[in-house]
Amino acid sequence: MSQETIEAPLGATAERQAVLATSGEAPGKDWVIVTRGIKREYDMGGEIVRALRGVDLAIQRNEYVAIMGPSGSGKSTLMNVIGCLDTPNEGEYWLNGARVSSMSDDELARVRNKEIGFVFQTFNLLPRATALHNVELPLVYAGVGSVERKRRAREALSRVQLDGRMDHRPNELSGGQRQRVAIARALVNNPSILLADEPTGNLDSTTSQEIMRVFESLADQGQTVIMVTHDPDIARHARRVVVLRDGLIASDERRSAFVEKLGTTA
Amino acid sequence: MPFIEAVRLALQQIWVQKLKSFFTLLGVMIGVTFLIAVVSIVGGMSRYMTEQLVGKIMAVNSFELRYRPNINIGDHDDNYWRELRRRPRIKESDIEPVTSALPDGVLWAAVGNDNLAASSRYVSKPKAVNAFTVTDDYFTIKRMAPVSGRLFSPQEFERGMPVIVIGQDVADYFFPALDPVGRELTIRGIPYQIVGLMEKQGSAFGFSFDKFIIAPHKSPINRFVNAHGVIDAIMIQTPSREGLLSAQETVRQVMRARHGLRPSQKDDFALETSDSALEFWNKIKSYLVIAGVALPAIGLVVGAIVIMNIMLVAVAERTREIGIRKSLGARRRDIMSQFLVESATLSTVGAALGVATGFAFAKLIAAVTPLPAAVELWSVFLGVGIGAGVGIIAGAYPASRASRLDPITALRHE
Repeated sequence: MSQETIEAPLGATAERQAVLATSGEAPGKDWVIVTRGIKREYDMGGEIVRALRGVDLAIQRNEYVAIMGPSGSGKSTLMNVIGCLDTPNEGEYWLNGARVSSMSDDELARVRNKEIGFVFQTFNLLPRATALHNVELPLVYAGVGSVERKRRAREALSRVQLDGRMDHRPNELSGGQRQRVAIARALVNNPSILLADEPTGNLDSTTSQEIMRVFESLADQGQTVIMVTHDPDIARHARRVVVLRDGLIASDERRSAFVEKLGTTA
Repeated sequence: MPFIEAVRLALQQIWVQKLKSFFTLLGVMIGVTFLIAVVSIVGGMSRYMTEQLVGKIMAVNSFELRYRPNINIGDHDDNYWRELRRRPRIKESDIEPVTSALPDGVLWAAVGNDNLAASSRYVSKPKAVNAFTVTDDYFTIKRMAPVSGRLFSPQEFERGMPVIVIGQDVADYFFPALDPVGRELTIRGIPYQIVGLMEKQGSAFGFSFDKFIIAPHKSPINRFVNAHGVIDAIMIQTPSREGLLSAQETVRQVMRARHGLRPSQKDDFALETSDSALEFWNKIKSYLVIAGVALPAIGLVVGAIVIMNIMLVAVAERTREIGIRKSLGARRRDIMSQFLVESATLSTVGAALGVATGFAFAKLIAAVTPLPAAVELWSVFLGVGIGAGVGIIAGAYPASRASRLDPITALRHE
């Protein structure tokens, strides 16, 4: 099995080496994410579902990666593992040089707080809280004081051009505005990775493009972005596309090469 | 998450769902209301007993020599009562030996007391009055003074003149809209001239202390109040609390000698202090406190169950919120404390309302019934403390359930 995973197609030899290096010691500091032989199985009422069957993935700082795949391919599970919401049954996961795969619940919570900014398809804002308070939340759990928290939350909201909407509740905002609040919330703690799960899934095409421009500009500013999507139009914005199939990486390609192939796969 | 932040969040949550929150905290509120009301009333009665009532029944630093106690506490068997009946009475002839043994500065008064019918020419119907016959120092010991007229002169005491001083209720009944001083009240066919009207003594639990008449010990009334040569009590007051015990011991030795008691025999007379009266009250109070704690406890248990139920609903309703918070870095203990603080805040708000309504309730009872009420500061802290405690206990299980939710499942929750 491990033989197979090493044989799995990797986009570059550097990445293969990063994965191979993770047999106990931390990978170099340029590597934000390194997974080695990640397996995740679920027991669905007696039936074992193998969502991930040995995923090796290495992502460098400042990369803009799309994870694609049909439903049931394991991309959501991979996102949950990368996002430290879930832990693998087997394999190793290094996030920013720290071995996440063996962490306790509280340590994982700390990692989610400091290292990861989530953007969800359904926005997942607290309905009764204002935009400002929603953005403040990660800082609350980081233990940042009230004044500093408000300052940084305002700053994050103005980064996504929502200066005038800080005191609005989610139901007073449009879908695109809500998603920008969510992006501001994801960015407010300066995370190592911005992890987006179908961020345009609930948005119309115009708004989708607007949101994708936000991600693009963040990526241009050096933010590491990982985006899970089944939509090739969305994936096209990324500079690297990883395709999952049946819990394994089926392809991992740079944008230029991938775009040419899109016509045949989509 | 900082504590203040959590409380603010909880208050916000309560405010958003005002009506639901109100019903939730109703149980705790009612429980605390009754607790505070009972504590206030019992406290008020207690204060009244120690400061007022006992002082009225018995003077400060004083005791009474009686043939049997006026106040009998607790369960006593037939033997006890039989023994009381066999006791010799206190006699006129005991006064001199007892009082001459007391040190200087100690005041004493012989007291006789009975209910007698009285009549006046201004009211057609006779009425019973509480008649006392007393010796000189009685008014000094009891610190009673007239509001109009005067007390008895030494001659009136000495000669046993038919003069009396009366209480407010007696004046109001027998001399409506008249000044009673100088008028006559007839008791057992003998007219007594009223020389003084005494200041109001007040009442306790609906019993007035102003239905008395007081006559000199040697006045004709003594025949009806005291049988031949017998007196009800000798009241003895020492200048300080310290002298009380030794004075009691002196009286005890004199009386034991006079009754010819052997060392093995028990006293066959009573030396009653205000402490005995208080002891009686404390006994009643302990029952009141048990009832006063048991009843609110039921309210609090119901309140706790309601809060637990509502918190479980809140956890279910806000599963997604919990998922979001966890994805943003909330640890188990953050979620736990959020829900604990919320239920504690809910319950404490209920308790605070209960404290307010409890005091209002106690004041209302004090206003419409003879029961007094006293606001005890410690009961405020007790009430609010109980509120917080109930909230924490009731919130523990729901909060722990919330904290153990799996973030992925919680996030997918609709």
